[in-house]
Amino acid sequence: MHYQPMTENDKQEMLKQIGVVSFEDLLEGIPTVLRHPQIQIPEPLSEIEVQSLLRKIGFQNATVKDHLSFIGGGSYEHFIPAAAAQIAGRQEFYTAYTPYQPEASQGTLQALYEYQSLMVELTGLDVSNGSHYDGATSMAEAALLACRHTERNKILVARSVHPHYRSILKTYFEATPYRVQEFGFDQDGAFHREEFARLLDSETAAAIFQTPNFLGRLEDLDGIEKDLHSAGALFILSAHPLSLAALKTPGEWGADIAVGEGQPLGIPLSFGGPYLGYFAATKALIRRIPGRLVGMTKDAEGRRAFCLTLQAREQHIRRERAASNICTNQALCALIACAYMTLMGKEGMREAAEINMDRAYYLRDRISELPGFSVSPKNPVFNEFVVQSPKPFSEIENALKPQKIFPGIGLEPFYPEMKNAFLVAATETKTQSDLDSFAEALRKC
Amino acid sequence: MLIPQENQLSFEKSGPGRRGVKLPASRFCKKKPLERIPDLFKRAKNLEFPEMTEPEIVRHFVNLSRKNFSIDTHFYPLGSCSMKYNPKINEWAASLENFAWVHPLQPESSVQGILQIFYELEKDLLSITGMDRFTLQPAAGAHGELTGMMLVRACHAARGQGKRRKVLVPDSSHGTNPASAALLGYHVLELKSNSRGRVDVRALEEHLDEETACLMLTNPNTLGLFEEDILEITKRVHQKGALLYYDGANLNALLGIARPGDMGFDIVHLNLHKTFSTPHGGGGPGSGPVGVKKHLSPFLPFPLVEKQAEKYRLVENQKESIGRVKSFYGNTGMLIRAFVYIRTLGLSGLRQVSENAILNANYLKEKLKKFFPVAVDEPCMHEFVLAAREAKKADIHAADIGKRLLDYGIHAPTVHFPLVVEEALMIEPTESESKETLDHFVEALAEIAQEIRQDPEKVRQAPHTLPVRRPDEVLAARKPVLSYRDQVRERILLAEGISS
Repeated sequence: MHYQPMTENDKQEMLKQIGVVSFEDLLEGIPTVLRHPQIQIPEPLSEIEVQSLLRKIGFQNATVKDHLSFIGGGSYEHFIPAAAAQIAGRQEFYTAYTPYQPEASQGTLQALYEYQSLMVELTGLDVSNGSHYDGATSMAEAALLACRHTERNKILVARSVHPHYRSILKTYFEATPYRVQEFGFDQDGAFHREEFARLLDSETAAAIFQTPNFLGRLEDLDGIEKDLHSAGALFILSAHPLSLAALKTPGEWGADIAVGEGQPLGIPLSFGGPYLGYFAATKALIRRIPGRLVGMTKDAEGRRAFCLTLQAREQHIRRERAASNICTNQALCALIACAYMTLMGKEGMREAAEINMDRAYYLRDRISELPGFSVSPKNPVFNEFVVQSPKPFSEIENALKPQKIFPGIGLEPFYPEMKNAFLVAATETKTQSDLDSFAEALRKC
Repeated sequence: MLIPQENQLSFEKSGPGRRGVKLPASRFCKKKPLERIPDLFKRAKNLEFPEMTEPEIVRHFVNLSRKNFSIDTHFYPLGSCSMKYNPKINEWAASLENFAWVHPLQPESSVQGILQIFYELEKDLLSITGMDRFTLQPAAGAHGELTGMMLVRACHAARGQGKRRKVLVPDSSHGTNPASAALLGYHVLELKSNSRGRVDVRALEEHLDEETACLMLTNPNTLGLFEEDILEITKRVHQKGALLYYDGANLNALLGIARPGDMGFDIVHLNLHKTFSTPHGGGGPGSGPVGVKKHLSPFLPFPLVEKQAEKYRLVENQKESIGRVKSFYGNTGMLIRAFVYIRTLGLSGLRQVSENAILNANYLKEKLKKFFPVAVDEPCMHEFVLAAREAKKADIHAADIGKRLLDYGIHAPTVHFPLVVEEALMIEPTESESKETLDHFVEALAEIAQEIRQDPEKVRQAPHTLPVRRPDEVLAARKPVLSYRDQVRERILLAEGISS
């Protein structure tokens, strides 16, 4: 076996040293009825065969590279600098374990510390953890944190928050004594202020908003911080991380916790994962933050050193009293995001945010000119917006199939009242002719 | 070995005006979109990111990477973590454009290849574990445990047994077990192990009652010992109407050798980043699929993958499902790697994984017990635990021995775990290591054992050859500095003569 150095000679020698006759003697603790079950697994393949099998299976997938794709909805096709992938591909990062031995892990630890530092800058909050599974699960953890922190049992969530995120929140909360209430959005896709105010009460632990929300609209969150804090509740905000280079940050809106999907920061689509849940909070919540935190300290000789810190929150120390059960997170994805953000730098991040807006606004203007299609031209958006179509989305999708265009996401499955509406995303990856040809193709639908 | 000593942050290397990427200069809109939205929506504070060029950034990170121990550079005998070799063909496959650039919300007909992998991987995992249905959604082991406990809850609720609020775990269990159960409000009770490090069936019997929801077990347990009474244990737990949860962290011992499904477990989670060779990435991403027996499959998270008329479909119609546990479908990239691993090894290769892992562990145990006593000296499975009790007299702890090993170019074993063993050194060599590497490890520990007697200070102060030595963890927790902004704030306060 080419991954296992043991030879037959080694095996015999080792058995002799152990003092047993055969390997079977080492299994004496396993009841015989359980040993050597029948298992159906195909025969081993050589690497040549594996490569050809995987290519063959791969060809059964279309990609956003062989199609012109305008699909977003929580996962976005963004530019990834070649250097970011190369850096993350360093096998010393790739094949290392969680940095529990700081002396043997200064590379991972410093990179995660830099990731935390970048996320603090980006979100405008005080502290970022070392990562969570994805945007949805970090939102659920934030909600659990809020319930424990405020000792209250109700979470309000805008219906304009990503449907998967709300669905996961529901899954997590159904298994706990806490409950979730939703408040709706108006015709322009902005959350319903009156409904929110009506539901906010002394039982509310936190309210969750997303901006840009699932419909692509930037939410006006002015005054929310005051409403929530005067009711004794926390303010949780989810945002597209790249948008924060140009748009108001969770910190500036007065949020207590920022959570969201870090995939746009250099991580490929990979059919939904692995992604990166980011989680940042105010200093007041520092000892309740779930997951790993890297801190800067000094070593025995007074040198700068990094280590995991505030571990008294974590499961391997606190067991059933831990702040969360999370152990393995998405460290390598955080490292990719760190390399990405460092490469983009101060100017690059802001430009990338601006280019996203430029492409989206241009496309929206183009679509607004098409007979039968309509958009809300005044809605503030980042890189995604709703198109109202003259016919069902499935017909649009089918009509554009021969031209290898993925027009976006039909909204009816998520919001049954939104008949014939679909969501279109345009990122910095699109050229002017991409956008023009999409608009022209839509015209002919 | 020349390890870089330099430890400046990217923020501290920043030079105003430098940049690491070039983006398109052209804008398509006549009026800048930022001018079309009210100021209310705009960021006010400047983004204080580092400004560096690509070569500077690459050198920065490559030098950081050189400060790490990793499987590709070092032996990593970290107990319960299965630090095995991560085959490069797995990486090749996952990074193919036809997998890496597929959007999760593409039409089903355009993602048939990925769905085929999900479908086939599920079948493989079912056969390997002896279960009836798997969800591939959970993102890591602990996430799988949480999902599993949600299934326990849903199952009891459906049977009108909602009063079952107690979860039993052995005192040798992983910390995530009690933490996952507690997250759902379960009352966690620890079972004391017997003198041979296993579940004490009598103690179990005493605590089993009508309020017990579940027993969570790792088998082989964290001492590397197979629970000999497993059939008796699962029988008694089932007789009381409770369920059995299998923590798959240690499945590397059992491929083709025994199956949790046959032992009587109702729910199983696997760590693909352990047994199935997907890389650890310095702490993730992992993948923690959860398998169940038939009676629990109606509760599995949606969507599941089905094959209908030669087409693969994502199905979301389970009425009793606990719901979705991860956005989209799970850590697809990890699932592809695990699939490639299973296809490469086949059944014979997988069997050999466990056989060689067990053989390596027993060989090491036999060789090492001259220097440190074994916690329970019986044939072990893929790992074992040494007890450095004697060293304690010289004021040397298991952690010190681990740190001294770093000087020999060997990663520390898991130390001070499981909690049931005093001064535990938990060692898992995996099947990836050669006899020569194991012998080198034995020599290193033999020398350290001698040092403990002759030069204990050297062990107490280790490591001596790495970029840092003994970071002050107490200081780090007392005065947390968690970002560059904290550093800047600290400096300002210092300059003003105010101590934070």
